Amino acid sequence: MHDDDIKHPQAAAEFLQDRPHARWHDSAVWWVRKKRDAQAEKLPEWEQLRALADQIKAHTLSRLDEYLAEFANKAKSNGVTVHFAQDAQEHNTIVHGILAAAHVKKLVKSKSMLTEECGLNPYLEARGIEVIDTDLGERIVQLRHERPSHIVMPAIHLKKEQIGELFEKEMGTEHGNSDPTYLTHAARANLREHFLTADAGMTGVNFAIAETGGVVVCTNEGNADLGVSLPPIHISSMGIEKIIPKMEHLGIFTRLLARSAIGSPITTYTSHFHQARQGGEMHIVIVDNGRSAILGSSEFRKSLQCIRCGACMNTCPVYRRSSGMSYSYIIPGPIGSTLGPSRDIKKHASMAFACTTCGSCSNVCPVKINLHEQLVGQRAKAFDANAVPRLKKWAIQTAGFMMKHPALFDFAGKVQRTIIPIVPEALLKNSAWHKYGRATPDMPKDSFKDIMRKRVQGDKK
Amino acid sequence: MKVALFISCYVNELYPDVAMASLELLEGYGIEVEYPLAQTCCGQPLVNNGDLKGACQAEAHFANVFKGYDYIVAPSGSCVAHIKKYATKASKLDPNYVAVAVKTYEIIEFLQEVLNVTRLPKAVSFPHTVSIHQSCHGLRALHHAMPSELQLPYHSRLASILTLVDGIVVKTPERVDECCGFGGTFCMDEPAVSVAMGQDRVAQHQATGATYIVGADSSCLMHMGAIAKAQNTPMRARHIVEILTGRGE
Ligand code: SF4
Repeated sequence: MHDDDIKHPQAAAEFLQDRPHARWHDSAVWWVRKKRDAQAEKLPEWEQLRALADQIKAHTLSRLDEYLAEFANKAKSNGVTVHFAQDAQEHNTIVHGILAAAHVKKLVKSKSMLTEECGLNPYLEARGIEVIDTDLGERIVQLRHERPSHIVMPAIHLKKEQIGELFEKEMGTEHGNSDPTYLTHAARANLREHFLTADAGMTGVNFAIAETGGVVVCTNEGNADLGVSLPPIHISSMGIEKIIPKMEHLGIFTRLLARSAIGSPITTYTSHFHQARQGGEMHIVIVDNGRSAILGSSEFRKSLQCIRCGACMNTCPVYRRSSGMSYSYIIPGPIGSTLGPSRDIKKHASMAFACTTCGSCSNVCPVKINLHEQLVGQRAKAFDANAVPRLKKWAIQTAGFMMKHPALFDFAGKVQRTIIPIVPEALLKNSAWHKYGRATPDMPKDSFKDIMRKRVQGDKK
Repeated sequence: MKVALFISCYVNELYPDVAMASLELLEGYGIEVEYPLAQTCCGQPLVNNGDLKGACQAEAHFANVFKGYDYIVAPSGSCVAHIKKYATKASKLDPNYVAVAVKTYEIIEFLQEVLNVTRLPKAVSFPHTVSIHQSCHGLRALHHAMPSELQLPYHSRLASILTLVDGIVVKTPERVDECCGFGGTFCMDEPAVSVAMGQDRVAQHQATGATYIVGADSSCLMHMGAIAKAQNTPMRARHIVEILTGRGE
């Protein structure tokens, strides 16, 4: 489902071809950032909350093994079955095993980027299990056989007309009707059917509390609750990094999460699950899938503090203009651009460069991940792994050489300055500088150094 | 006080007037300024492209050229941010490098924090509306203004020093500090996004009614200026030192 060959510059240029739509995308996502600002402003203790959240997460990651063991033991004593999965494959096998044992034909799912990461849907579908994503945005991208383009607003890259057409085809809604309320109602009615007929429900996990062995899921549509309350089997998948030590820490994160994510003071549903409902089963699958490797890296460990609020995407000026579909990893934007390359630098190198290093993401992040610094760190990995274009690497190294040799450096500058104005415009028109609408800057006759050198020589005479 | 002027590659090659204005501004306050001719680049483009070895050597060269001065002053927030904050780990562990880096200042910061200036060397009038462009590195790495993401009291170095200019009207655009899309080699690696960002930014500056975009980084100004020029709009981009020395027109 997800395209291995995406290179950000090309994919972004493609998205930007429909400039009015790209503008709409930018404004829609920016609007969420503004809502976040308005909420954050209302809390005088906002920066303190961020500092606390950062400290708690950093502390937890420093003793993750202990907290994971505490969590698993507690959960088990609550009657929950706990599974550990090394990687995506193992995760999928475990989930399939649970479902197969109970002869599940249909699974309803809510709020899980982790199952996307593991490629669970195609895995189960290939084994005859119908999987229904129940969050509206997720449902839309599922029906389009796409991956989500945003971790909180998965279908934000689509126009409402595109959704209208999709629903007409899939659910028989009225031809040409793309009224959002109408379409939402249609989707709800359709989903209700699935809720009632599903044999198992699956959710992600926002926070797992070591002290109590319980998991917390934050949603706005309430689908997680429906999905795990109606059918008898409840499976929760979580990455190892979702742990927080105690219940008393939760409030800090829930206060930050909804405000950062969608600019509302709290999510509509903050659901706690500690044990199976009567007569049912509850399973928690704890997944590593590359996380412990990141945990072992002092430079990138902090990326595991992420609470998946999506604020970094909303503030990212590159993401807003290129959409999530232009990133090669399942998680787009600033956080995806460090997580993806941590996993496979060759495949995701273009993500690390899809950034102006403006730093807005690091400032907006509720757990203070140094995102823009991590992306620059990932570039060094790309450079060493030869995952940057060869010509570019050569140019960079040449520039570096000249920086140590002032005379060469000055000479190269002069060549550039005197040549650019006389090269016919036609030759330049297709250069990266000009192609999309930049004129040639005026070139001065002398560099500052030339002027100063003349001055020094003049003084000597 | 022995002050060295550090002129970034962009400014040296494309904006000698900005360098000249910086020199004049500092000298206007009676400071003895030297311009070491052996200087090259701070190494930022190399770090940004992942060449840490090359960057480290460029940084060592920088430290070598600028040791022995009381202050190093540069009209470029982005380079100063690199020197002080984003240099390679190896350089940050090198006491010679650190000794130079701590004495390096962006020019407006130097005027305000070290010289505590309350007036300009000579009276300057600029009877125009200008829109402030807070370049990202000056903003978020050097705290030239309060970044809009943080919930802390507001201030802006550029806005406050521009009040010393006669007749000027200072505006801030909607999305007060969004990035212009330049981003070093990003402007060439990702031209479609870079230009889209720049076009949006120029439009936001224009919407304030300003005819000048004023900032403290020639690179961002070059990018926005080139976009405004391609669009044939009357909007012009000026480095703040040009305004402060009466060269803005
Ligand atoms: S990196 Fe920070 S801002 Fe981005 S999704 Fe994670 S928690 Fe939110």
